Amino acid sequence: MTDPVFGPALEQAPEPELVQLLTPEGERVHHPGFDLDFTADELRGFYRDMTLVRRLDVEATALQRHGELGLWAQLLGQEAAQIGAGRALAPQDYVFPTYREHGVAWCRGVDPVRLLALFRGVDQGDWDPAEHNFGLYTIVIGAQTLHATGYAMGVQRDGLVGTGDPDRDTAVVAHFGDGASSQGDVNEAFVFAASFNAPVVFFCQNNQWAISEPFERQSRIPLYRRSQGFGFPGVRVDGNDVLATYAVTKAALQRARDGQGPILIEAYTYRMGAHTTTDDPTRYRLSDDVEHWKLKDPIARLEVYLRRNGMADDAFLAEVAAEADALGERMRRECHALPDPSTHDLWDLVHAEKTPELAAQQAEYDAHAASFEEVH
Amino acid sequence: MATMTLAKALNAGLRKAMEDDDKVVIMGEDVGALGGVFRITDGLQKDFGDARVIDTPLAESGIVGTAVGLAMRGYRPVVEIQFDGFVYPAYDQIVCQVAKIHYRSRGKVRIPMVIRIPFGGGIGAVEHHSESPEAQFVHTPGLKVVACSHPADAYAMIQQAVHADDPVVFLEPKRLYHSTKAEVDESAPAAPLWQSRVVRPGSDATLVAYGPTVSTCLDAATVAAEEGRSLEVIDLRTLSPLDLVPVIESVRRTGRLVVVHEAHVTLGVGAEIAARVTETCFHSLEAPVLRVGGFDTPYPPARIEEAFLPDLDRILDAVDRTFGF
Repeated sequence: MTDPVFGPALEQAPEPELVQLLTPEGERVHHPGFDLDFTADELRGFYRDMTLVRRLDVEATALQRHGELGLWAQLLGQEAAQIGAGRALAPQDYVFPTYREHGVAWCRGVDPVRLLALFRGVDQGDWDPAEHNFGLYTIVIGAQTLHATGYAMGVQRDGLVGTGDPDRDTAVVAHFGDGASSQGDVNEAFVFAASFNAPVVFFCQNNQWAISEPFERQSRIPLYRRSQGFGFPGVRVDGNDVLATYAVTKAALQRARDGQGPILIEAYTYRMGAHTTTDDPTRYRLSDDVEHWKLKDPIARLEVYLRRNGMADDAFLAEVAAEADALGERMRRECHALPDPSTHDLWDLVHAEKTPELAAQQAEYDAHAASFEEVH
Repeated sequence: MATMTLAKALNAGLRKAMEDDDKVVIMGEDVGALGGVFRITDGLQKDFGDARVIDTPLAESGIVGTAVGLAMRGYRPVVEIQFDGFVYPAYDQIVCQVAKIHYRSRGKVRIPMVIRIPFGGGIGAVEHHSESPEAQFVHTPGLKVVACSHPADAYAMIQQAVHADDPVVFLEPKRLYHSTKAEVDESAPAAPLWQSRVVRPGSDATLVAYGPTVSTCLDAATVAAEEGRSLEVIDLRTLSPLDLVPVIESVRRTGRLVVVHEAHVTLGVGAEIAARVTETCFHSLEAPVLRVGGFDTPYPPARIEEAFLPDLDRILDAVDRTFGF
């Protein structure tokens, strides 16, 4: 592969080292750059988060199968990547999600029922981004990475980078996936973030599949190495290891808050479910792969570690399971109870200042609708 | 009161907007030290600093996309797209994000952004530098679209667009930037941004134009007057919302309407005006609404652009035809 004049087509680097603090077998390992000490409470918290978020995902998938949701984008298998990234945030940090960041939404205090409302067709995201510092789900692949970069440029202009005050210095997270890494917007976001040294952490969950296209179709090099071409560091972390994801994200956020600029985190994980509930992965991938990744399950490895080290007993696990059941029950109940939106939203929400044209269309529709009421 | 070109009036308007609100930031290619390729932002970086007048990398989607993020953070970005034909890399961000975020968020997130686009032809340029893409933005719910045509108006309009809480595509007729000077009264009360207006009263037929074709229509009205025909000329100013109140009032008097724009006639703004006028004052019309515009061809090489652009003769010919029905 090495051209005699131009040199190697691909960087001849060894397979990337995966930052890992907890092996798939539930063994705690250490890393020279990203080691952290975790309290038992923190570890139990991660377990609880991941278990509840998995239940949220399973419940939503079931609701779609029952016809209560039009669609659901599953996060199964990506719980550690999302809880690690979500719990590493400071309150003032701001997150720009894709449409699959249910675990990060959970960490930001967004009620799961609000996620259901979007996929039920009640609204297009009705949480207040400013209340949660969590933007609305963005469906156009990669578009939000530019919003994150611009928001981070705003943070710079507000003087909230590198002040040394941990309650004020602010970082921004741009979530995206391996498929989005091919999009122009993501690459432009890298260029802008590097050029302006913006305090943004690009967090890519490489779940190996962009609907049916494997990662190899998106990139000839490991994704985390892309950032080097743009002039900022990249790191690959075991995305099924909540400890490592947390530690790496926390360090990257602090680096951004300190004014050292953007960073790319590749959370190496696997999409255990379908792309969405409309997808059929059996058409394009081998069940062997899925079985292989089952052995790397993010929740199972933490459970093993907690039990083996006496940090979780049957009572704790039963308590979390009961909490998951209650969450599922509440999601079903509240999903069914979601009211349909008013048709007036059609016209009322388009602009901050409604135009006479929309007011006229609204009046015309109202008269049309009223004519049916008179007949009946 | 000062005498200014259109370029200077826009520059002065932007300066005033930046003085009035320190959240106003200007972004674009070459807008800093150079002052923009048309010098519309001349001197602003020197006076307001490079945190507020930002020379960006050369990527239009990146410019508009990062401006969305700045708007979410509470800023009021004024984005310069260097030329009309270069807006398309940003088209997705404009149509899918800028235009829809207010709706998507149920009004919780506002995008008070101005996207300035020098538009139209007549400057002898190479490809992509002379286009009129306005219909694509008028066709996009969530955007507002305005076009200035005169220095006195432009000074106020750009400030009003910056102060608006909705995203505004602000079209500037590039061939008029440096062509003529006019008195600009900086203390005069501004006309409402979302209103069109009669710029020359008349009684025999109505001409409707915006941006670069307003002056062409005024010239046509002058010539027609010498021939004994009184043409009313209306400057639309706002394309979305489209304010047809003065147009309809005029057509009810004249019975004849010709719409003039540089954009391709098919599904252009003129087509929408023809439909609405027909719906609203069908019985006042003495003739069908006619359109004079760019042909349905790509913008041509400069040596033949005069054939493509609506000119005085094509406008007067259309007026004549409205008297032939």
